[in-house]
Amino acid sequence: MPSTSTHKSTLQYLGLGLFAIALLVFTGMLGLDHYNFTPADLTAPFATDDAARQDIAAMHQRALTTAGERTGLFENTYGTTFAAEKALKETFYLARTLVDQELQANGLPEGKQQWEVELPEWQFKSQRTGWIQGAADGPVTNNPWLFFFLTIGLGALGGILYVLPKFAAQPGIKNDHIFHSQLTKGLDLGWRAFFLTVTILGVLGYGFWYMDDKFFWPAVTALIAIVIIGLVLFAQQSWKQEARDAGPEGISGYLGIFTGVYFIGFYLLLYWASHHIVAWIQMVSPVSEALYQFFSGEDEGGAASQWFLYGLMYTLIILVMGVRMIAKYRHNKYQIFRTISVMFFQTAFAFMIPEILVALNKPWYDFKNIWPLDYDFFFGWQLDQFQSAGALGLFMLFWGIALIILGVPLMVHFLGKRWYCSWVCGCGGLAETMGDPWRQLSDKSLRAWKFERWIIHGVLVAAIVMTGLTLYTYFGGASEVLGIQTGGIQKWYGFLIGAGFAGVVGTGFYPLMGNRVWCRFGCPLAAYLGLVQRFQSRFRITTNGGQCISCGNCSTYCEMGIDVRHYAQRGQDIVRASCVGCGVCAAVCPRGVLRLENAPEDISQRAVAERVIHIDAEKGISLMN
Amino acid sequence: MHVAIIGNGIAGVTAARWLRKLDASVRITLISAETEYFFSRTALMYVYMGHMRFEDIIPYEPFFWEKNRIDLLQAYVERVDTPTKTLHLANGKHLAYDKLVLATGSYWNKFGWPGQDLERVRGMVSAQDLAYLEAHTAEIKAAVVVGGGLIGIELAEMLHSRHIPVSLLIREKSYWNNALPPEESRMVSRHIRSRGIDLREETELDTIHDDGTGAAGAITTKGGERIECQFVGLTAGVSPNVAFLRGTEGLELGRGIKVNDYLETSVPDVYAIGDCAEVLDPKPGRRGVEAIWYTGRMMGETVAYNILGTKVGYDPGVWFNSAKFLDLEYQVYGEVPAGGRDGLATLYWEHPDGEKAVRINYEAADGTIRGFNLMGIRYRHEVCEKWIKEGKHVEEVLQQLGMANFDPEFYEQYEAEVVALYNQQTGKKLQLRQERSLSAALRYLGFGQRKPRAFVKPE
Repeated sequence: MPSTSTHKSTLQYLGLGLFAIALLVFTGMLGLDHYNFTPADLTAPFATDDAARQDIAAMHQRALTTAGERTGLFENTYGTTFAAEKALKETFYLARTLVDQELQANGLPEGKQQWEVELPEWQFKSQRTGWIQGAADGPVTNNPWLFFFLTIGLGALGGILYVLPKFAAQPGIKNDHIFHSQLTKGLDLGWRAFFLTVTILGVLGYGFWYMDDKFFWPAVTALIAIVIIGLVLFAQQSWKQEARDAGPEGISGYLGIFTGVYFIGFYLLLYWASHHIVAWIQMVSPVSEALYQFFSGEDEGGAASQWFLYGLMYTLIILVMGVRMIAKYRHNKYQIFRTISVMFFQTAFAFMIPEILVALNKPWYDFKNIWPLDYDFFFGWQLDQFQSAGALGLFMLFWGIALIILGVPLMVHFLGKRWYCSWVCGCGGLAETMGDPWRQLSDKSLRAWKFERWIIHGVLVAAIVMTGLTLYTYFGGASEVLGIQTGGIQKWYGFLIGAGFAGVVGTGFYPLMGNRVWCRFGCPLAAYLGLVQRFQSRFRITTNGGQCISCGNCSTYCEMGIDVRHYAQRGQDIVRASCVGCGVCAAVCPRGVLRLENAPEDISQRAVAERVIHIDAEKGISLMN
Repeated sequence: MHVAIIGNGIAGVTAARWLRKLDASVRITLISAETEYFFSRTALMYVYMGHMRFEDIIPYEPFFWEKNRIDLLQAYVERVDTPTKTLHLANGKHLAYDKLVLATGSYWNKFGWPGQDLERVRGMVSAQDLAYLEAHTAEIKAAVVVGGGLIGIELAEMLHSRHIPVSLLIREKSYWNNALPPEESRMVSRHIRSRGIDLREETELDTIHDDGTGAAGAITTKGGERIECQFVGLTAGVSPNVAFLRGTEGLELGRGIKVNDYLETSVPDVYAIGDCAEVLDPKPGRRGVEAIWYTGRMMGETVAYNILGTKVGYDPGVWFNSAKFLDLEYQVYGEVPAGGRDGLATLYWEHPDGEKAVRINYEAADGTIRGFNLMGIRYRHEVCEKWIKEGKHVEEVLQQLGMANFDPEFYEQYEAEVVALYNQQTGKKLQLRQERSLSAALRYLGFGQRKPRAFVKPE
């Protein structure tokens, strides 16, 4: 019977089934454990080695214990992280009141100010995940390996079973039914805008709370957003220009929407509510401990944080989906080599080497991450850490700076920004593997390009300003410039760009806006690489004479939303700041029109004039030039 | 001046674009009954297969037309009244023009087969053909495609993508052997079979049978074989779409609309371009009617010059074409006749996997290079063309052959094997001196000098 889906083998259905079970267990396990708090666990984070603060610490611990007894924290068993967090919050704030009462009754210790001795409010947000982790008991905490195999293990196995049979198919372009599939067909412009607006407003609203009810930075951000919208729609006159639609009519790709919402939810929990994913962290903790203890030679330590969970899942996803990418493009050596490259750099550089460094008591460091993507590279604590870690620490510092001022310009000059974005980078690695099924959803309209240029260069400017203030503070000592607190801008940048843009929107929106949302609109390093590529690089995509049939495969499958066809059908070579050189346009072209190339010659001539047709007022008729 | 263009395919659209590029004041009306916007006809198959949406095969954004002041009119022209320079539209309206460009394209052939007018018997040329196929796909358990040209294999691939068993009936001994030399033709035949399509060579359609509801239910071949099918694709070539012009005063029609070198028809101020035009005096080796994307585009540009008073003769230059048969890419540059030609020598190299080939044609007498045929390997158009135009000697070409290679990075290069084959056949001892290199190609093409980089603005 005719059908609009690809045929799957029994093995593939089995793989899908296993993956679905893994996803169900992964989601459901968050509700399996229960939580019992003890006074010892509750007070442990407030112990101090500082002799001068022993009295204050004891007062804090006493208040917490009393508060816990009064709220019943130590007697009750909490069935969910929500109930546990609520009880903790009640206890913590009661303890704060108790401390204040004691201070009022006894007066401030000599020479101390209120803020030095009170129970600091920020401690609640930073301790709650650890408290809940320590209080966890139940099936997950008692059988972490079982749940590890039922979720991450089963998911990876299911993925591999689904992917491996693809090697049996004939090599060639495998894009059948992408726009028929619920998972990959996308949304129309209106619905896309709806999801994006809700998410952005939600992030900004949450940001108000995140910045301790200070509206300055959320308001500045909202203002900049309004200015950019005004610039694109009115100053650049996109308002009445109907944009090319970017998805099917209305809302029908429900599976894609579900996936997008799941991703978004995952990132929200990971960045801002890790106390609700304690079960996941508990589950991967034995892996983290095993790695740590193996490399450090110690017998204990190395418990996981949410970042270990994230790094482990990230790496496994790139590996499994990398195999899928290789299967899909196994007729194309460029795709195979670059996929193996991102799999390698993620596994070795982003995951294993930093873990080993930490086990050896060295600073956590990803040798392939480059400022300004690595936005906290110049933060004070980071610079201190480099300087206190001996020769290796200094090497890390110099290596990082050399990458910025030498590595990027030189490599981009010779090879284009692809050397980083689609061969090395972790964000690029995820986009090219897990994100590949959604590459066709990038918006190719001219309007989207205008938004892209304002936003990505805006983020680059923000990163530079933030880093400038950071260094000014680090070397000059003043904690603010023109009334702007360095700590505030760092915190907001990390929240908005580092977490909100790169994670929640940048990856959460893969199934809704394509797999390079972050790389295209947000990454300040991509902006820097792009400026070099646009003005000072040998890299370009060449077009093959007059062979283009304007079919649109190149544009459709360009994850960066470049309207490749616009250039190809004019016979122009493509020199665009955003091109990450993934090579898929050249792969899907049915007429062999496109090729990624580097050469010192020409660029200017071939990237400008319309070349395909063959009449020239001066030279008469000739095919091309 | 008001130029009306009937047809918004590649020929008509290119004419409109170049009219605007060359003249800011001319009024341009682009008329089509088929669709509101120009789309890539050759990409219809990808919409059906789910690679793209229909919007994605539309090359220009909607604002393009307004910005370039090209008026779009979705209407069907019933009659052209040449003495009064008026178009009569099916909606009862009229449109006056000063110059008229006929770019009406072609439609698929019917050859008087019994049953050819039944439901579920259709070609694959227009947006309507695509919509028809989509609407009837659920009824198709098996399909037959008749005719082994470029559209035939595309239609077969489309149906195959929906898991419908397809029989592809071709009259010839192997696929498209009136255009491809025998080795390449057999290679494509093998490839088609390897992808699970039932290719039937030397098989012709005799009758299409009614399934009792007025739609196709089976066919019989001239050999008497009956094939059950709920869809019959008619892809035995296309013909110029000129029926509505019969009886137009003064307009000479042959197979298509007859035009001279300046693309002028027999009626003053009326031009014809693209699939529907029949060039009276085609260049040597070329045909009067060439229903090809690239020639349509060239004619579109040429006609714009002629309408605006610069006399430019239509010259399609060195022949080139390309296609993709399922997963097998094909490119041709220059003279590669299916049956060869007296005095034309050929060097044919085929990869052992049977999915890649390079053919180089040259004059046996003096070694002048004449043409290239590529299967599964990409060559640079501009380099091949320049070699042919300059009449390079085949041995010079062979030693530089890497310069033409356009395959993606890291792909294996086979040029040394091609040279070795030539040496083996001729007893020569040539060496491949140039591997794949953009720099070398650009230097050869005369792109040597660096100039200040111009900004490409997003327009």
